Amino acid sequence: MKLYPLVTEILQFFVLLGVAPAFAGWVKMLKCWAQGRSTPGLLQPYRDILKLFSKDVVLAENASWIFRFTPYLVFGSALLAGGIIPILSTDLPLAATADVIVLVGLFAVARFFTALAGMDIGTAFGGMGSSREMTIASLAEPAMLMAIFTMSLANKSTSLSQMVQVIFSGQTVLRPSIAFALLAFVLIALAETGRIPVDNPATHLELTMIHEAMILEYSGRHLALIEWAGMMKLFLFFTLGIAAFFPWGIAASGDLYAIFAAFFFMALKLGIEAVVLVLIETGLAKMRLFRLTEFLGSAFLMATLGMLSYFILE
Amino acid sequence: MIFTPIDIASSSVLLFLLLGLIAALLSRKQRLLIDICFSLAAIASLLGLTAGAWTVAGGVTEKIVLLVGLPDLPFHLRLDPLSGFFLTVIGLLSFFVSIYSIGYVRGFLGKRSVTSLVVFYCLFIAGMFMVVMADDALIFLISWEIMAAASYFLVLFEHERIENRRAAFLYIVMAHVGAISILLSFGIMAGLATGFRDFSGYTFDAMRATQFSVVWATAAFLLAFFGFAAKAGIVPLHVWLPEAHPVAPSNVSALMSGVMLKTAIYGIIRVTFDLIKVFPWWWGALVLVLGLISAIMGVLYALMQHDLKRLLAYHSVENIGIILIGIGLAMIFSSFQLPVMAALALIAGLYHTMNHAVFKGLLFMGAGAVLHATNERNMEEMGGLIHRMPWTAALFLVGCVSISALPPFNGFVSEWLTFQAFLLSPALPNPLLKLLIPLGAALLALTGALAAACFVKAFGVTFLGHWRGHHNPDVHEANWPMRFGMIMAALTCLGLGILPTMFIGWMDIVAEQLVGTKIGTSAGAYGWMWLTPVAPERASYSGMIVFLGILAVVVSAYLLLHVRPGKIHRVPIWDCGFEKINQRMQYNATSFSMPIRRIFGFFFSVRDRVRVGSQAGHAAFPKRLHYYIRIRDRFWLWLYKPIAVSSFWIARKVGRLQQGRIQVYLIYSFITIIVLLVFMR
Repeated sequence: MKLYPLVTEILQFFVLLGVAPAFAGWVKMLKCWAQGRSTPGLLQPYRDILKLFSKDVVLAENASWIFRFTPYLVFGSALLAGGIIPILSTDLPLAATADVIVLVGLFAVARFFTALAGMDIGTAFGGMGSSREMTIASLAEPAMLMAIFTMSLANKSTSLSQMVQVIFSGQTVLRPSIAFALLAFVLIALAETGRIPVDNPATHLELTMIHEAMILEYSGRHLALIEWAGMMKLFLFFTLGIAAFFPWGIAASGDLYAIFAAFFFMALKLGIEAVVLVLIETGLAKMRLFRLTEFLGSAFLMATLGMLSYFILE
Repeated sequence: MIFTPIDIASSSVLLFLLLGLIAALLSRKQRLLIDICFSLAAIASLLGLTAGAWTVAGGVTEKIVLLVGLPDLPFHLRLDPLSGFFLTVIGLLSFFVSIYSIGYVRGFLGKRSVTSLVVFYCLFIAGMFMVVMADDALIFLISWEIMAAASYFLVLFEHERIENRRAAFLYIVMAHVGAISILLSFGIMAGLATGFRDFSGYTFDAMRATQFSVVWATAAFLLAFFGFAAKAGIVPLHVWLPEAHPVAPSNVSALMSGVMLKTAIYGIIRVTFDLIKVFPWWWGALVLVLGLISAIMGVLYALMQHDLKRLLAYHSVENIGIILIGIGLAMIFSSFQLPVMAALALIAGLYHTMNHAVFKGLLFMGAGAVLHATNERNMEEMGGLIHRMPWTAALFLVGCVSISALPPFNGFVSEWLTFQAFLLSPALPNPLLKLLIPLGAALLALTGALAAACFVKAFGVTFLGHWRGHHNPDVHEANWPMRFGMIMAALTCLGLGILPTMFIGWMDIVAEQLVGTKIGTSAGAYGWMWLTPVAPERASYSGMIVFLGILAVVVSAYLLLHVRPGKIHRVPIWDCGFEKINQRMQYNATSFSMPIRRIFGFFFSVRDRVRVGSQAGHAAFPKRLHYYIRIRDRFWLWLYKPIAVSSFWIARKVGRLQQGRIQVYLIYSFITIIVLLVFMR
């Protein structure tokens, strides 16, 4: 049975909205196990979101429209990004809308407005978070683009669906450039999704928090949207990694069984990736803010080496 | 008689010159002068815009020979798609700014006479129009000088402040060093066109018809590039720009930053692609490298600023760099006979030219509105203006999002096109370039990300949070003409962002004129909504769908969450149970950029010092802390100070010749005559 591309697209949105909290819950569970704690269960993120949606909003007196608009925008850009990345299938009507550079741009829009919202109330924490977030982003973004450019030079396209198809058609073999790009991508994904060693999603200590400092003043449905979008972002970075480096299993057509298989493979790969993430997070300590230059610099170096080795060796 | 574009463009220039005259006559009635002159200036700009847009759309080239000029050397004017494109850009922004000026210049009423502002404003725009229409070296240089001189007087408008006079002096020095170099370049080309026999080589047509030898062509190019670089503010010739742009009235800053710099870009394109035509790849590499340096240095310096207009001025250095990246790539591709790629890179550069004109115009107009309302340029004294200037804040935000290259606004489109051009570099036959050019893409990405950080700072510190200043001025929203000017610019930003295929289809003819091919055939492969340069499977982008998609999700999420009536409690800020939070505890411009200053500090000469004030009993409890920071441009110390010092030294040495006694001077004359008699037989 064939599905229309539009149906696949809608299915993919539902997978994104539905599975992202479960994935976040899975990462949390693994982390608890790794650190010898008891877990809140796979469904805790859903309960959190539901609870927040049913609460009233508490706003600071001087919050402007930017503060109230940002959660919706962050949510919207994350959802749109989910329509572009081939999570289940490459046959997506929205795939032509945006390539991987636009994808980076969509994350940048969300970050831009989150940083503004952090400065809106006028507390020291908000400004601190915004300042740190924009600093880290300005170092991570070029490294991210370099890693992606290495992949797109190898696949002769910046469109994600096209890149996956080229890999399927067997034109891309395992190359040193891709290994470097993957390594760089892993480091950047840690930075962009705010994981240890760059940021700690579980802390509210003023010395360490970055992303949490910006959204400290949020409550109720606004916080629910931001938290949900954060989970979606984590999910999207992992599926982006899958699509760019390990796409095998993603459906190339709208065939229903292929899409079921793609869902199964996605769950499997995400499960494994989460283990890797938790091992990194448990094994490392959070870095000082000014050590991050070295961390992100090495990500950039890896990506550059990947690109150079593409030209020299291939 | 049927009007042609060049008639309209000439009438627009004449109208501007006439307006300068009217303004001088109307100086008794200042209010009327502002209303009449700026309204008519808007109409004249619209005429220029029409002429330019029509030329590009029709793909026509027209020439006229004026009856005026030097004896036997009449002036030539010409409108071709390239001039038409720049005429459109200048006309577009000067239209917005003229409408804005109706409201903005009113702020000077009762404080000072605005006659000189209006006169030079009109001359300035007329000069810019003539620069892009000029078709011979003479009228080009004359218009160039009119433009430079008019803008000098505009910078000097509030001349009682010493920093304005200094900035204007620096500006006119740099402008003239550049102008001399351009003059020499045209001299070389004109001389070679006739073999140094007569003066008939001064027309651009004669230069076009000449095949230059590599050495002479290189000399001409380097001189012209130096001259135009001084005007465009390319690092290291950028020092005048952050001095002169902030001190001019804001409507003039908008024009200087938005379009005057673009005349230099026009000059570079005209000289390389049109007059010289054949060039080696390293010219392109030079332009590309300087573009990259300007982009990265511009944005880093901008991040260090806390003066809103100075920050914007440094961003002009950055954006000129981005434009030059596109043009440099186009030159490299073109020299290797890769016309499709050259066309893509050139369109990327030109599209950014138009985008930068619009969003930088918008941002300077917004900064002008803030300055108008608060009498303050220092961001450390601002904050929370979004509550009192909601229109200006929203419009300024559009400019911030556009310049930070965020989808779906216009800055993103041109940066995306530049990235696509970068990714085509594997097609180059030169292995060194193949390797190094993708690194340029990384620097461009770094620039974009830092620009976003800078505009979070600019918008966040100026418009969000609480007012930081000591006294609380009576802040008022911008008046309606100012708002209209900004609204139109903001809508243009959005339009250029979501309908790029339409605009690229319109300007494609410029690429055809200069590099011989269009990108249009592939730009619309999926239909008008998708921008697909090179090939649709290679890359595609639809700003329209991104915009509508985000809008749809935002609206539906908002509606879904408001089905059930939820309460919003407005409460005071949570201060963690400590003492009351005050406005001095907020992050400000200096603290916001502190991490970046620490990471990239080696680019600047930074001196910061903390002094502990009086203590209360114990050294651990100071009552006051004083923090000083001074950030200086290293180029100023490395390059300009030695030049300034040595030129004063030479002047002093040469000055010894002046004895003030007639006998000594007679001896000088006598020696001169003897020397001439001996050597010049």
